Amino acid sequence: MFEYAPAPESRALVTFQSSYGHFIGGKFTKPSNTYQTISPSTEQVLAEISTASAKDVDLAVKAARSAYEKVWSKLSGAERGKYLYRIARIIQERARELAIAETINNGKPIKETRDADIPLVAAWFFYYAGWADKLDYAGFGVNPKAHGVAAQVIPWNFPLMMLAWKIAPALAAGNTVVLKPAETTPLTALLFAEICQQAGLPDGVVNIITGFGQTGADLIAHKDVNKVAFTGSTGVGRLIAKQIAGTNKKVTLELGGKAANIVFDDAPLDQAVEGIINGIFFNQGHVCCAGSRLLVQESIQDELLKKLKRRMETLKLGDPLDKNTDIGAINSKAQLDKITKMVKIGVKEGGEAWAPNCEIPSKGFWYAPTVITGVAATNTVAREEIFGPVLSVLTFRTPAEAVAKANNTPFGLSAGIWSEKGSRILKVADQLNAGVIWANTFNQFDPASPFGGFKESGYGREGGRHGLLAYLKGDN
Amino acid sequence: MRLDVKKTYKLFIGGKFPRSESGHTYELTNPKGEFVANVVLASRKDARDAVVAARAAQSGWVGATAYNRGQVLYRIAEMLEGRREQFVAEIRELTGATEIQANKEVDAAIDSWVWHAGWSDKVDSVAGSMNPVAGPFFNISTNQPTGVVAAFAPQKSSLVGLVNTIAPIIVTGNSVVVVASESLPLSAITLTEVLATSDLPGGVVNVLTGKEKDLAPWLASHQDVNAVDIEGTSDPVDLEIRAAETLKRVIRPGAFSRSGSLGSLQHILAFMEVKTVWHPKGH
Repeated sequence: MFEYAPAPESRALVTFQSSYGHFIGGKFTKPSNTYQTISPSTEQVLAEISTASAKDVDLAVKAARSAYEKVWSKLSGAERGKYLYRIARIIQERARELAIAETINNGKPIKETRDADIPLVAAWFFYYAGWADKLDYAGFGVNPKAHGVAAQVIPWNFPLMMLAWKIAPALAAGNTVVLKPAETTPLTALLFAEICQQAGLPDGVVNIITGFGQTGADLIAHKDVNKVAFTGSTGVGRLIAKQIAGTNKKVTLELGGKAANIVFDDAPLDQAVEGIINGIFFNQGHVCCAGSRLLVQESIQDELLKKLKRRMETLKLGDPLDKNTDIGAINSKAQLDKITKMVKIGVKEGGEAWAPNCEIPSKGFWYAPTVITGVAATNTVAREEIFGPVLSVLTFRTPAEAVAKANNTPFGLSAGIWSEKGSRILKVADQLNAGVIWANTFNQFDPASPFGGFKESGYGREGGRHGLLAYLKGDN
Repeated sequence: MRLDVKKTYKLFIGGKFPRSESGHTYELTNPKGEFVANVVLASRKDARDAVVAARAAQSGWVGATAYNRGQVLYRIAEMLEGRREQFVAEIRELTGATEIQANKEVDAAIDSWVWHAGWSDKVDSVAGSMNPVAGPFFNISTNQPTGVVAAFAPQKSSLVGLVNTIAPIIVTGNSVVVVASESLPLSAITLTEVLATSDLPGGVVNVLTGKEKDLAPWLASHQDVNAVDIEGTSDPVDLEIRAAETLKRVIRPGAFSRSGSLGSLQHILAFMEVKTVWHPKGH
């Protein structure tokens, strides 16, 4: 097999400031109470980031409220939309810079940030820009209303993309926002604050505050927040649902998953192998909708696993800025420890773990792509989210058994079906309790397409007309 | 003079009319303080049995065609119309309403069934979508029922509030365990006799009578319930916190009007999940 020569993307396009304050009311505050954000692939310190106190949270919410009352709610939808179009265009103009920044701060491969994350960010703003003056068609009847101030807390796995999923529909619907990026990946959100300035967005319409879980909790609890949107773990989602009980806050939650990727004996096997690889190793498996449970029909198990392992041996793990890299760095030491622990439990409970031989860089956080076979439905690695590049393999004999096993989870975010038989796909898709179903494909996202889960994977949808509804209210 | 034959009021679980497994009842009186009936005081075991029945019935009900579900709901309206006199009499007995007022409430309840019946095969035309994604994919979003719902009918309504609680839940294929108004339960019990003769599969609607306070915490925290409608409850904050443990969908009190003959599409959609299916277009 041919070796690839290194093809690193240059970092020259990206300059981070040495320290960042919060972006409140259109200006950056003086950095305070800082912590360091690093590159998970090198452990190099990238910048000092501020931790927002309850007082900072209050200032940000006040700025958002003021912008809502005085400016944003008085603009026509068409004018709001034009700001969003401007933002979309600036993101396209600065796409490569944002892709590099994301890869440096998150650890994910440049080919993903360049070809998936950042293009989707621009697309998301462009899509919702067009909704801003068409809200009468959203589904709540004519003249639906915005909620007011939206509190948005997002995770580290798709930092800028999650920001776009939250901010674009919120602004299009006429809300103002206070957004908190994850503590390990704040940099692209702070670059986005600069983009808001470049777009001339009125002060206070978008506020970005940084910090840890406490900052997020303070933000969501703030009494002047009308709408809460959270993407992250089911555990935190549960806390938020309890926290907002008895309030008038409207909430959407995008939480964990344990998706079944079901391969029937009539599936196109080579395509299925690519789909399985994409399903679990895209973004190092740091994906809430990852296809982390492979359900393979017993009769094709041996052949499929042979092909899968052969394909896994060709995956390139290493420098995320290298254009040939398939598997980048794990986002943090804490996440690496969790993945390591989960795989140990999987083996202890009877699973057999296998990973290709691949060189692990000496610095940074890495985990080789791993498959665990011989997993029972009751095993921890079949029930709990690992959020890493680890695939659990289970088998089934009949379609009914596949559906029963796929649905045997408190989660319900996504699922995959691989079969050449159209009627089978449609029936199984009907029976699966999951919000997004990929048939003969996996991990596709689009701003026109609603995304979100059943059961403990949360409620509400992001994307499409349905995603807009979460930021509007009508007369019932 | 002939002595009339009085009815024993019972629960409605899985299409059958059991008494409470606990054997408990409470005394129902009219506004003048006169004895009306001994009504079943459902226990938490009855509530659990009702959830089991609702779960067992749900897959069959959602598997029925939308046309069929619409006809069943319409059949409920037909059966209700036929027993109008009994509902009017019971509403008047418990509330002191005039004949005209009671008839108006029954009118609204019947018309609400008809309104909801028509939605069964239209929800997805209005609230689903074919999504124009930027790639060679067939991409469609449909609405699917969330599963088993526990609901608490408004306390101050005999019939129309109850109908506007049940109908938006079941029209799309959910099943429901509904707790009737504690002080106005007669219409709920009589409605079960309507439901039992309307081709509605047993277990799709399960009706409990008794104390909301005793039953609500159990149903709100039940692990096999997907959504709770806490309209007729007295401690909604506690129930919302309990429901959060399994991230149930919560319909807060006052979220939807339940007094008229027209429901709300948003009310129906509150018990549905959007499912998006992708498939490549190609060779």
